[in-house]
Amino acid sequence: MQPTNQPADAGGARAAGAARSGTGAGTRAGTATAGPARSAEAAAEQSSALVLHVNGTAYELTLDHRTTVLDVLREHLGLTGAKKGCDHGQCGACTVLVDGRRANSCLMLAVAQDGRHITTIEGLAHGERLHPLQEAFVERDALQCGYCTPGQICSAVGVLQEAADGFPSHVTPADAPQGGPVPLTVEEIRERMSGNLCRCGAYPRIVEAVHDVSTDQGVAS
Amino acid sequence: MKPFGYLRATSVEEAVRAAEGRPGARFLGGGTNLVDLMKLGVERPGLLIDVTRLPLDHIEELPDGGLRIGAMVSNSALAAAAPVRERYAVLSQAVLSGASGQLRNTATTGGNLLQRTRCLYFQDVSKPCNKREPGTGCPAREGIHRDLAVLGHSPHCVATQPSDMAVALAALDATVHLHGPDGDRSVPVTEFHRLPGDHPEQDTVIRPGELITAVQLPPADRGARSRYRKARDRASFAFALASVAAVLDVRDGVVRRAALAFGGLAHRPWRARAAEEVLRDAPATEDTFARAAEAELAAAEPLRDNGFKVPLARNLAVAVLTELAAPPARG
Ligand SMILES: Cc1cc2nc3c(=O)[nH]c(=O)nc-3n(C[C@H](O)[C@H](O)[C@H](O)COP(=O)(O)OP(=O)(O)OC[C@H]3O[C@@H](n4cnc5c(N)ncnc54)[C@H](O)[C@@H]3O)c2cc1C
Ligand code: SF4
Ligand code: FES
Ligand code: FES
Repeated sequence: MQPTNQPADAGGARAAGAARSGTGAGTRAGTATAGPARSAEAAAEQSSALVLHVNGTAYELTLDHRTTVLDVLREHLGLTGAKKGCDHGQCGACTVLVDGRRANSCLMLAVAQDGRHITTIEGLAHGERLHPLQEAFVERDALQCGYCTPGQICSAVGVLQEAADGFPSHVTPADAPQGGPVPLTVEEIRERMSGNLCRCGAYPRIVEAVHDVSTDQGVAS
Repeated sequence: MKPFGYLRATSVEEAVRAAEGRPGARFLGGGTNLVDLMKLGVERPGLLIDVTRLPLDHIEELPDGGLRIGAMVSNSALAAAAPVRERYAVLSQAVLSGASGQLRNTATTGGNLLQRTRCLYFQDVSKPCNKREPGTGCPAREGIHRDLAVLGHSPHCVATQPSDMAVALAALDATVHLHGPDGDRSVPVTEFHRLPGDHPEQDTVIRPGELITAVQLPPADRGARSRYRKARDRASFAFALASVAAVLDVRDGVVRRAALAFGGLAHRPWRARAAEEVLRDAPATEDTFARAAEAELAAAEPLRDNGFKVPLARNLAVAVLTELAAPPARG
């Protein structure tokens, strides 16, 4: 969407799998045509054919325009890792990565994400090898009920990339040097993770887990 | 949610043409406010015109030294852009004080300016609300209004404009560029949002079918320093109770130029002209800053439960101006 807002390896990296169509329930393989309505008359249609690349697999779907990305994942593709906590952008439980950047999937209409690459918690591990953040959450016991955890981990993946790309936060000092990665202090992690609520209050361990990984990757301080 | 049509616009012309004569059409930016309001039943569009893939996602340096920010630039990209951080720090800080990382990645500059009030009655379709349904009344005036306006409200509506970004843009004398059925026009940000008056259903002066194409910043005052400060109920991820955007240029202990705007206090970002009047050519002291803030806030008419906002805004303004007047630690 925003060229200025993409990591060097935006999406794509994990989308190596061969395109598969007609997998999840609700897909209609073969009926998918080129993108959405091209005229206002055609736009009177209430559903569109579209493609979503999820965890490296391309899904051709025909969806009612009201369908959010979160509902596609959970109800159509059987990927129930992303959770519906509030459905209003307020809790972060539905966080996924869209073209490499974290977003609240509950407020995204699937039709508007046509062609994009989405990574969910199910797509982070490589086979049996967990993502370093998954490892760190286990290691630090950074959860209680676990409901917020998939969103926390996807959000943390986004945080590490944003810091590496030099995105400032509300607590980054105004006179901090620009251009390089932002060191992820504990204060930075707390601020950057504030869009993810945890009803169990596992925050201290979550911050430790993110800090462990950022230290390993050399963006902590 | 009511079913709706969807059109992905590939040009500004196409987007505006599709909206023309269709009062039920809405432009879709990041959708972080619009989709939320559609779920609540507050917005019931018949057609969404997706403008996120329009080529309006760049920040451009202008020959005069100003900046032109495309309407589709994400809030994250805006806050991170080097020229914004270097020359318009108040804007980067304001954007970063709003919402969450996830939301800022998705939200657009145009959508941020047009986000609707967070008044609880506006968001609850089972309640009356003049802004949502003109003529039904304003339950907030006697009801829950702790977060609502202390300045410029009317008997018909006491809502606040929630955007942090807009407060910084007001202090920076930014201009909104619009393209509509009648062509292009520009409106200063300070005149873009309205006071509620008799027509609280109109948040801004935007006309039906008009698209925000860009926001333009005038050249930065190189001698000035700027800062945004926001008071809220929790340390992060909450709307402003009160906020201040300030640009201050002090030479030899005297205020050469000051621009001040308040957020969280009114139906629009509140440019504090009376305060600026007091500041102009006055000694840059805490006493001057207090007199300036008080001159502006003398017009406040707090409601039963939001009187705390007046001293809060005063203290924020004094603190920010005092900090800006102090010699910079570095650079
Ligand atoms: C939980 C939560 C917390 C938040 N906290 C804050 C906060 O602390 N501070 C803050 O400032 N904001 C906050 N926000 C609001 C957020 O900043 C806005 O939702 C966002 O900026 C809107 O941008 P968007 O692109 O998603 O707009 P959309 O939702 O796409 O659009 C909003 C409105 O603008 C119209 N529109 C969009 N683009 C254009 C255009 N180019 N031309 C004409 N019309 C257009 C749409 O039709 C719609 O009416 C919060 C939001 C949530 C959900
Ligand atoms: S303050 Fe405005 S938005 Fe809130 S209930 Fe009253 S009329 Fe509606
Ligand atoms: S479910 Fe999306 S933010 Fe809560
Ligand atoms: S672990 Fe239970 S909500 Fe976070």
